[in-house]
Amino acid sequence: METLEQIKDRIAAAIPGARLEIIPNDTPANQRSLLVDREHAFEVARLLRDDAVLRLDYLSNATGVDWLDTSIKEKVKVKKVVEGVEKEVDEMVERKKAGYLEAVYHLYSIAHRHGPVILRIRTDNRTDKTRLPSLTPVWRSAEFQEREIYDLYGIIFDGHPDLRRILMWDGFQDYPMRKDYAEPDDYEYEPTPHDEVLEKAQPHSR
Amino acid sequence: MDEGLRSELSKQGIFTTTLEGIYNWGRRNSVWPLQFGLACCAIEMIASTMARYDLARFGAEVFRPSPRQADLMIVAGTVTKKMAPQVVRLYNQMPEPKYVIAMGACAISGGPFKQGYNVLKGIDRYIPVDVHIPGCPPRPEALIHAFMTLQKKIGAQRLSGSERARHADPEAPSEFPVPQYGPHDLEPSKNMDVWQPPKLARAG
Repeated sequence: METLEQIKDRIAAAIPGARLEIIPNDTPANQRSLLVDREHAFEVARLLRDDAVLRLDYLSNATGVDWLDTSIKEKVKVKKVVEGVEKEVDEMVERKKAGYLEAVYHLYSIAHRHGPVILRIRTDNRTDKTRLPSLTPVWRSAEFQEREIYDLYGIIFDGHPDLRRILMWDGFQDYPMRKDYAEPDDYEYEPTPHDEVLEKAQPHSR
Repeated sequence: MDEGLRSELSKQGIFTTTLEGIYNWGRRNSVWPLQFGLACCAIEMIASTMARYDLARFGAEVFRPSPRQADLMIVAGTVTKKMAPQVVRLYNQMPEPKYVIAMGACAISGGPFKQGYNVLKGIDRYIPVDVHIPGCPPRPEALIHAFMTLQKKIGAQRLSGSERARHADPEAPSEFPVPQYGPHDLEPSKNMDVWQPPKLARAG
């Protein structure tokens, strides 16, 4: 199979304007992935499927990731006037990074027996701009998995033929796999609680 | 009836019993379970009905596909919150007298999924359970043991008097409220008439 850099160049040549980025992976798996912008994701997906060399005709897995808002503290060198003399001073700067939701697709080729190529698409934020293009028209097997992502993470897939909750009931309002999800308090009876569960059980035993 | 006289009569070929005794004897030897399973415990339940373990020896081989014909509900597996209303509704549709066996860790308490967002922490929060069997999943022998425990329980039930069984008491409820799907959880999250959290004293 072509390297991810080659695939990236191939996409960039075929779809001008597509913003692509290779996301490194520092874990022993070293499985890097390709971040695609929302506007071109559908075109890129179709290219990956139909390209004669790549032929990624099999979507093995689609899943979601919730990235919380983070703040990064950095040391920045700043020029400051200290006691009448201009000096370079290290200053801690806190940078806020907005969180986002992410859909991850694992692609293989049955025809060429290669893979996986990992595709990522990100939303703008976690609250109101949580729309992504659906890749179900490209890979039919994405249908239920995108429904599951919608159900558990709250990503809304535009172009999905039947976007309903799949595991939880229709009137359910939360997204249980989000990291800030607060589960219902049914810790009345915990015979052997410890750690977090003990904390949750404490108010009930008073 | 005097036990000695009964024994004496049986030697003469005269069998005596009480109405309660023969009624319960008949009931406990033809308990028909409702045919439904929720998770992997159901596989063990199925195994216990097959030739090797042969639940038919206890008169319970006829798993009924309709709650209207069933006497026993074996809650075999994880009860998700999405499934709980249907389980309660099936129980309500069964005619009295009816019994419930909670089979396995999940049906008792939620089991390994206890802290999950979509798992009911025990079916006894909504319907009265007669026998709990621990295990993950319980072996067929354990289910048969639960079954024999239930048979003993049925055999000991009184049909009249102050300690009569629930089905013989016209005042006792035979249906229980079906929980509704709420925006965050089932509503209500438990039926306090059926289940109350045991009081646990904790340090701190």
